Amino acid sequence: MMSLIIGIGVVLVLTIFYLIFRVSRLVGIAKGKDPDRVSSSNGVHGNLFMLFMIGGLVAFFWYSWAHFDEYTLPVASIHGAETDMLFWVSMAVVVAAFVIITIIMFVFTYQYKYDENRKAKFYPDNHYLELAWTIIPAVVLSLLIFTGLKSWNEITSPASAEAEVVELVGQQFAWTARYPGIKDNQLGTVNYRLIDNYGNEFGLDLSDKNSFDDFKSLELHIPAGKEILLKIRAKDVLHSVFLPHFRVKMDAVPGMPTNFKFTATKTTAQMREETGNPNFNYEMACTEVCGRGHFSMKMAVVVHTQDEFEEWKKTQEAWLKQNPTYLEKVPAGLREAAMISAGIPVESLSTSAQSVNQAISVN
Amino acid sequence: MATTDIHVHSAVHGHDDHGHDHDHEHHEGNFWTKYIFSEDHKVIAKQFLITGIFWALLGGTLSVIFRLQLGFPDMNLDWLKPVLGGWITPEGKLDPEFYLALVTMHGTIMVFFVLTAGLSGTFSNFLIPLQIGARDMASGFMNMLSYWFFFVSSVIMFTSLFLQDGPAGGGWVIYPPLSALPQAIKGSGMGMTLWLVSMALFIVSSLLGGINYITTVINMRTKGMSFTRMPLTIWAFFFTAIIGLLSFPVLFSAALLLIFDRSFGTSFFLSDIYIAGEALPNVGGSPILFQHLFWFLGHPEVYIVLLPALGLSSEIIATNARKPIFGYKAMIGSMLFIGILSFIVWAHHMFVTGMNPFLGSIFMLLTLIIAVPSAVKIFNYVTTLWQGNIRFTPGMLFSIGLVSFFLTGGITGVFLGNSALDIQLHDTYFVVAHFHLVMGSASFFGMMAGVYHWFPKMFGRMMDERLGQIHFWITFIGVYLVFFPMHYIGIAGFPRRYYSWTNFETFSGFADLNMLVSIAAVATLAAQFIFLFNFFYSIFRGRVASANPWKSNTLEWTTPVNVGHGNWPGAIPNVYRWPYDYSKPGAKDDYIPQHIPFSETPESNLPGENEQIKLESSDGSISPDKH
Repeated sequence: MMSLIIGIGVVLVLTIFYLIFRVSRLVGIAKGKDPDRVSSSNGVHGNLFMLFMIGGLVAFFWYSWAHFDEYTLPVASIHGAETDMLFWVSMAVVVAAFVIITIIMFVFTYQYKYDENRKAKFYPDNHYLELAWTIIPAVVLSLLIFTGLKSWNEITSPASAEAEVVELVGQQFAWTARYPGIKDNQLGTVNYRLIDNYGNEFGLDLSDKNSFDDFKSLELHIPAGKEILLKIRAKDVLHSVFLPHFRVKMDAVPGMPTNFKFTATKTTAQMREETGNPNFNYEMACTEVCGRGHFSMKMAVVVHTQDEFEEWKKTQEAWLKQNPTYLEKVPAGLREAAMISAGIPVESLSTSAQSVNQAISVN
Repeated sequence: MATTDIHVHSAVHGHDDHGHDHDHEHHEGNFWTKYIFSEDHKVIAKQFLITGIFWALLGGTLSVIFRLQLGFPDMNLDWLKPVLGGWITPEGKLDPEFYLALVTMHGTIMVFFVLTAGLSGTFSNFLIPLQIGARDMASGFMNMLSYWFFFVSSVIMFTSLFLQDGPAGGGWVIYPPLSALPQAIKGSGMGMTLWLVSMALFIVSSLLGGINYITTVINMRTKGMSFTRMPLTIWAFFFTAIIGLLSFPVLFSAALLLIFDRSFGTSFFLSDIYIAGEALPNVGGSPILFQHLFWFLGHPEVYIVLLPALGLSSEIIATNARKPIFGYKAMIGSMLFIGILSFIVWAHHMFVTGMNPFLGSIFMLLTLIIAVPSAVKIFNYVTTLWQGNIRFTPGMLFSIGLVSFFLTGGITGVFLGNSALDIQLHDTYFVVAHFHLVMGSASFFGMMAGVYHWFPKMFGRMMDERLGQIHFWITFIGVYLVFFPMHYIGIAGFPRRYYSWTNFETFSGFADLNMLVSIAAVATLAAQFIFLFNFFYSIFRGRVASANPWKSNTLEWTTPVNVGHGNWPGAIPNVYRWPYDYSKPGAKDDYIPQHIPFSETPESNLPGENEQIKLESSDGSISPDKH
């Protein structure tokens, strides 16, 4: 019933509009008003452009000023501070150019409305002017390019050997982190064919002894003040690592590992203080469309001081310890080393290890 | 004395085409050959236009549906159930996968079906023969095929909207592996297959059209229409067609390889994938390869969409400012330069895809260079307005709107083209704001400007000016309200193609701005119905147009009000001057059409032009005995 009333209302309003249109049209014809060059209301639009320009620019500057803190994210990485600086320098240049050209253009539309008694200026070209506005943007742009290039080259240069390595794995629709472990500090090799549904979500190759102490985390923990190298890969489709506060973004590509290095500058605690928000948390998002759950692919990020970070690492159990059944995939000769490396008490599991050995020898 | 009334001379070519002139081959056959399988470029142009308008409405409606989700996340959408059926969840929400399908189809439709086929197809077809003085396209048959391939492609794409699993849903860029694996998203099943088939046909249509445009412009210009006397519209269509001809085949190859990967087990783009509980056998492929191929078309595509709009607005701005376009040669030069550069900037879409960072540096350099010719164009438009005598016809209003969008949207490219800044901005709403303004809205406004300006030539009647102006103001302000706020949302880091942001604390703000954007989007779409009414009403009941309602210089306005097949009832007029002799000092009126010889305008000729009078007779236009 309600929708019927709304429908009738809409039809009525449209009919009224149509009648107004018809009547004004017929009146126009009756008056014999057949505008030769311009309609009588021509000048209105020049004025409207002027109004629009003033209103638009006021709204733009007011909003940009009044809501600055809402649309700028605090920055928490070394290169992020640099690119932010570059961003605002570019912004100053761009806004200046934008405002000047906008004002000139809309002032012209206001000033040079049609006037029957005036003739437009025949002004087909001016080489000096054209040269000037080719060269000036070229120079300004090259300055911006070179500062940008410098940052880009630094950001994408190889990470130092001491960098803290973390592997991030994207899959529909979650992120998982793998740490190289405290014993060897090396990530074990992986192979996508070894991935299974029972626990080996990384596809860890257990014949590589570097994999024994690797541990998994569903949160990204990193230290502040130390270079971090993210090694990024994807299991199924493209994903993209996005750490907005650190100005980090890099796609995760199946079959092609990527990486991104950065240094965080503020711990979660420091950021909570700085923003005055006791519940502040860093977050990681996915920015490459990856399917139904793309919008929910979140990973919590915790930034520690370096000491806290070392402590945290010590509390983490090796993946192999959490998934002891995979011990049988470890070559027999390395099994004990694996147990030691993964922190599995050798005695308590010796029986099960023996049974595994027996099972293998029977085969 | 020479005469301007060239078209009263009897037809030299014997291509006279009044419906009642039965003395030669029949072009005005029955309904089918006249309106459906027509080889007349003007009818084909109208077919492209009407199909384009249909797609534009559909594409716009899809965007409003997903804007409802983004602006009013708590809204109960049960009232859409009659249309969307199962895509509305029992809780009255949009299905997240259907949300992605909407985004994908909106992009595909708008970029290809509206702004490529609808814009280039309409105006290249309509204006090239009329403005260069040709009877028709080089090959009317190929031209007809071009439309019908587009039509079949449209039907297939439209059909895909009604599939059980929904249409393609991996974004309009259809990056594999998402687009290759039906396990990854429902839309990658039949929906993606139809998408690929449809696009393959679309590319065929584009190529058939493009070859025709290029051939026609090179070979079929009337006497005196040298390249440097061509209107900027023709230059724009010419460059556009060349760009399309060189880049569309690359998209075709990408689509073909993707079809192989999807259906025949090849591994061009797939490698090391574990999905839905199994490891796929594909190894050695590279998803990055697809991105290179895609953007090798994808970036030139931006200019395929934009250049025709810039060409149209150059013509409209000059006509309605009653001034020559400022820097005619610089305009051609900048289009040429943009056209060339458009082929070597594609990887700026890929700075953070894992591509070699050194490649990123090179593409950053090249990308920011392209800003220079774009800036030149803006300055030239603004200078054309200076000391003009501006008539704000709807066409002119939309052209000024285009320049404004081109500036606002283009200038943010300075951030995005800078790889160091793109790290943060890539795939956020900042990008959405950027390309919707500079490419989407600017081109759309160019198209609207073209429709309003050339409507009298297309249908012999005028559109209602007042309604056109109302349409412009609502749309102009609406578009700014939709896309300008997105810059803030983007700087705040909001990723695009998100169904909702509530999962993230970081992206929890801006409910107000998102609501504003959605309301503005609904209003803007609603305003398009004013246009629709005006368009269809005026076709049948608009004020009858005069032959040259805008007092314009170009050749199409020398044709009769209702242009027949063959365009000029008599001989094709010759051309003696460039198309921008507006408000020439000393001239009787404020315009001198291209077909008026210099010998007739001694009062306004510039020094060099008096010398050309001698050459005019050798143009063959003026019979020797009259001289």
